[in-house]
Amino acid sequence: MITGVDVGQPQTQAIRSDEDVVRVRQLVRTVAVAVRLSLVDQTKLVTAASELARNTLVYGGGGSVEVNTVDNGLRRGVRIVFADSGPGIVDLDLALTDGYTTGGGLGLGLSGARRLVDEFDIWTAVGEGTRITVTKWSR
Amino acid sequence: MERVPILKIGDILLVSIQVDMSDQTALQLQEDLAERIVATGCHGVIIDITALDIVDSFVGRMLSTIASISKVLDAETVVVGMRPAVAITLVELGLSLNGIRTALNVERGMELIAAAHADEHEELDDEPDAETASS
Repeated sequence: MITGVDVGQPQTQAIRSDEDVVRVRQLVRTVAVAVRLSLVDQTKLVTAASELARNTLVYGGGGSVEVNTVDNGLRRGVRIVFADSGPGIVDLDLALTDGYTTGGGLGLGLSGARRLVDEFDIWTAVGEGTRITVTKWSR
Repeated sequence: MERVPILKIGDILLVSIQVDMSDQTALQLQEDLAERIVATGCHGVIIDITALDIVDSFVGRMLSTIASISKVLDAETVVVGMRPAVAITLVELGLSLNGIRTALNVERGMELIAAAHADEHEELDDEPDAETASS
């Protein structure tokens, strides 16, 4: 479920290398600080962004990320969209299970990232790509 | 690619991670540490993560792997300086940091390594002759 409206200009970052994953973390932190998320919420959001950006690179074959400030009338938040044109996810339920991996990792990226944010939305189609949208709201 | 420096202090290797590491940098640190443990014969490794504002599953796995590698090479690893927000996030992420010993700061980490090392020697020297000689 996605709620709230975008405010301001979205900031984008290409994800082509693991140096770009570092840049995504820095970009997300800057926006999270500007929206005044608490330190713990900043840490959770940046960690989730790091996991998802790495997934975009490793499984999606690279892609892009868009970071935006959102407002739902009561609170402000940070919304991040990760998009790739990779192979897509065949079994989404399985991919969202703790410990499941096809890439030799710990299998915590997708499931762990979902726990760290307030809103999590995933669209995927085999052969077309994957788009994940997450939002963290200020308290 | 940046490289994380490894300092030798007495019998201990100290790694203070001061940069936001790319995955490549993290893997390089893993290799560099293994080589330095063997080259120096150090019995302890302290990894200071005070400056890290996040630990994701990749860095978490690197810390676990370093602990396992150093164990095989007869060295004890202690991770020190984890920020409270990082600890909270790690638990929620589902990362258990298997086999990793932690301490609040470098000083306590050094005490932990010294104690672990002394324990091992006590076991080795646990013969009647050695005991009378030392008392």
